Amino acid sequence: MADETDRPEMATPEPPGERPGLWRRHRAALAFLAPAAVLLGIWIVYPTVRTIVRSFFDSDGSEFVGLDNYEEIFTTDLLVTAIQNNAIWLAVVPMLVTAIGLVFGVLIERIPWSIAFRTAVFMPMAISLFAAGVIWRVMDQRDPDIGALNAGIGAVADAIDPPGGFSEAQPSTDRLADTPEEGLRFRRPLQAGDVALLGLTAIAPDEIPDEATQAVEPDPVPDGIAGVAWVDFLPGGGEPGVVEEEERGLPGVTVELRDPGGETVETVETGADGTFAFEQVEAGPYTAAISPETFEEPFSGVDWLGPSLITPAVIIAYIWVWAGFAMVVIGAGLAALPRDVLEAARTDGASEAQVFRRVTVPLLRPVLIVVFVTMLINVLKVFDIVLSVAPGSSQDDANVIALAMWRTAFGGVNDFGLGSAIAVLLFLLVIPLLAFNIRNFRREA
Amino acid sequence: MAGAADHAEPAPSMAAERPEPTSRRLARLAGKAPLNILLAFIALLWLVPTLGLFFTSLLPADLASSQGWWTVFSEPSVATFENYSELLRNDDITSALGVTVIVAIGGTVIPILVGALAAYAFAWLDFPGRDWLFLFVVALLVVPLQMALIPMFSFYNSIGIFDTALSLILFHSAFALPFAIFLLRNFFVGIPRDLLESARIDGASELRIFVRLILPLGLPAIASLAIFQFLWTWNDFLVALTFGRDTQPITVAIFSQFRQFGANIDLIAPAAFVSLVVPLVVFFAFQRYFVQGLLAGSVK
Repeated sequence: MADETDRPEMATPEPPGERPGLWRRHRAALAFLAPAAVLLGIWIVYPTVRTIVRSFFDSDGSEFVGLDNYEEIFTTDLLVTAIQNNAIWLAVVPMLVTAIGLVFGVLIERIPWSIAFRTAVFMPMAISLFAAGVIWRVMDQRDPDIGALNAGIGAVADAIDPPGGFSEAQPSTDRLADTPEEGLRFRRPLQAGDVALLGLTAIAPDEIPDEATQAVEPDPVPDGIAGVAWVDFLPGGGEPGVVEEEERGLPGVTVELRDPGGETVETVETGADGTFAFEQVEAGPYTAAISPETFEEPFSGVDWLGPSLITPAVIIAYIWVWAGFAMVVIGAGLAALPRDVLEAARTDGASEAQVFRRVTVPLLRPVLIVVFVTMLINVLKVFDIVLSVAPGSSQDDANVIALAMWRTAFGGVNDFGLGSAIAVLLFLLVIPLLAFNIRNFRREA
Repeated sequence: MAGAADHAEPAPSMAAERPEPTSRRLARLAGKAPLNILLAFIALLWLVPTLGLFFTSLLPADLASSQGWWTVFSEPSVATFENYSELLRNDDITSALGVTVIVAIGGTVIPILVGALAAYAFAWLDFPGRDWLFLFVVALLVVPLQMALIPMFSFYNSIGIFDTALSLILFHSAFALPFAIFLLRNFFVGIPRDLLESARIDGASELRIFVRLILPLGLPAIASLAIFQFLWTWNDFLVALTFGRDTQPITVAIFSQFRQFGANIDLIAPAAFVSLVVPLVVFFAFQRYFVQGLLAGSVK
C-alpha cells in the first residue's frame, strides 16, 4: 500500500471515456482489498472448509468416519435435548418477541412519554447477553428472600392464599395425632364437658403474635367442649402436655370439631390466652383438631433455575433483552405507514381494533417478517445467556445447539469431530434464514 | 410523536380543528390513564432487573448471599460501595477490564478501517469480477462464528498467539468484515460521483481520496458501525471463552466466579455492573446512531 501514497503520474488528467492505466487501477483495487482478503480468508473461509472436512473425522482427527458424527448428534441424549430445546426456542421466542414489539410499538404512539418508555425497554439491548444472564440469575433465585421474581410472585400468592401463622409447629406430645397437612388431631375422643389440651412446640418466639397472653387451661363447659392451644414449651424444661406459668396461648388458631366420620361440623377460633370452646354439642364422640391452614407454609419459591423450568427462565431473560429491538424496528415501520390510509379507515368507522388487525398489521407485514426471521437466526445461535443463567446442575436441561457445540469441543470432552459436526448443523440451519434476510435487505439497499 | 397521539382518537373528534377546550383535553387524558398506568408498569418491569443488579452490588458481602437487593432500602441503610473498592483491589478483575478495553477498541478500529478500504474498492474502483466478489463477501454473513472456533483454536496454538488479546481482536475483526463491507459499500456508492472524479482529475491518489474524501463523508455510516462493533466486542463472551485463558475479558473473568454463584455474588454483581456501565454510556450517548445502525442491519 505504501506505493499508493504519492504518485505524481496520476496528475495527468484522464481523458473522459478512455481508461489508461487500467492495470494501475487494478493494482489499487488489489491493495485496498488485500487486508480484508487476508482476514476473511484466514478467519472465515479457511475455517469453514476445515470445519466441514473435520466433521467427517473422529475426535482426534486421525480416522475418517463418514457421517458417524452426524448420526451421533441425533442419537446422543444430551444432544437430542439440545435440539429439542432449540426447537422450543424457535417456536416460542421469535413469535413472542415480534408480538411484544408490535404491541409496544403501537401503544407508545399514544403516550406523550414514548421516548422514555422506548429507552427503558430498549436499554437491555446495549448490555451483553452474558451480563443480562447474570441479572436474571439474581432475579431467579429460588428463595423469595433473595430472588426478586419469587418475592413478587410470593407477595401475590400469599395475599391470595395467606400462609398459616405457625408453619413449622409440631405437636408437643403424642396426644396429638396425624400430620400438619391433615390438621393435628387430639387423639382422645371427646364428649360434652371434656377439655382438649392442644400443645404445640417448635414455634419461634417472634412467630408468637404480640397479643398472646399467658395460656390458661379452661374450665369444662357443661354442654360443650373446651380447650386451649398453646406453646407447650419452656426454655430449660417444663412438662410437656401441661399448661404452665410463662407458657403463652396461641391466639387466632382455627380449631375444628369433627364427627366420628372425620367431617368437620364446627370451627372456632382461639382467644388471646389460647382458649376456645364449642358451647353446645350433641352427643359425641367428637375429635378436635387444629386446622391444616394453621400449618400452611408461606410461598417457598418457584425453582426457576432447577432442571424443569430452566429453559422458560432463560427464555424470559432473552425476551427481556430482545423485545426492545423488535419494538424499535417495528416502531420505525409504523412511523413510515401512510397516515392517510389509517385515517381513511377510521373515518369509515373502523374501530381501533379493526384498524390494527385489518390495516396496520398487513401494511407492516414486511417489517414483521424481518424481525421474525432475524429472531429465528438469533435464537438458533443462542449461547451466552444460557450459560450465564443456568447453573451447572441445570445446564444439561437448558442445553441448546450452540452450547452443545461448545461443550463438546471445548468443555472437557474436546471431541473436535463431533463439535465440528454440530457447528455444521448450525451452519446449515442458519443458511436459508440469513439468505432470506440478505436478499431482503439487498433489495431495499 | 406528538401528532401520533391525535391519531389514536376515535373518528368524531378528528373533525374538530379548533383548539380543544381544557375540559375535553382533561377528559381525554383521563381516558388514557389506564394505558399510561399499564405502560408505566411495563417500563418499570423492564428497569427493575438491571436496577436489581445494581442494588445487589451495594449489599455488604455478608448480606449479599442471604438477602434480596431491596434490603438496601431498609432503615438504616445497609448500602455500601465497599464491594466496588474491593473490586478495584482485585487484580483479576482490573486486568480483565484492561483486556476488554483493548479488545473492544482493536476489534472496532481494525474491521472498520479494513472494511472501509475494501468497501471503497467495491464501490468506486473497477476490477474484473467485482460484483461476484462483493456477493461472495456478503454471502460470508451466513457463516456463524461457531464454524471457525475449532480450526482457529488449533491455528492459534500452532502459531503461538493463543490466549492473547491479538487473537481475539483478529477473530472479531474478521467476523465483523462482511457486514462492515456490505454496509459501507452501500453508503459509499451514494457519494456523488462528481466529487470523486474531480478529486481524481486534480491528481489525488486513491489513498488520498479515501482518507480525505471517503472517510469524512462516510462518517455517519462509520459511526453507526463503530458503535455496534464496539458494543459487540465489549459484550462478547463466546469468542473470549474459547480463546482466553489468562488473557480474559471481563465477561469470562466474571464467569470464572460462577462456581459459587451465591457465595461470590458480592464480587459478581459489582463486576457485572461495571461491565455493563460502559455499553450503557455508549448507548445513551449515541442512541441515535445505534438505532440507525440497527435499522440498517435489519430493515434495509
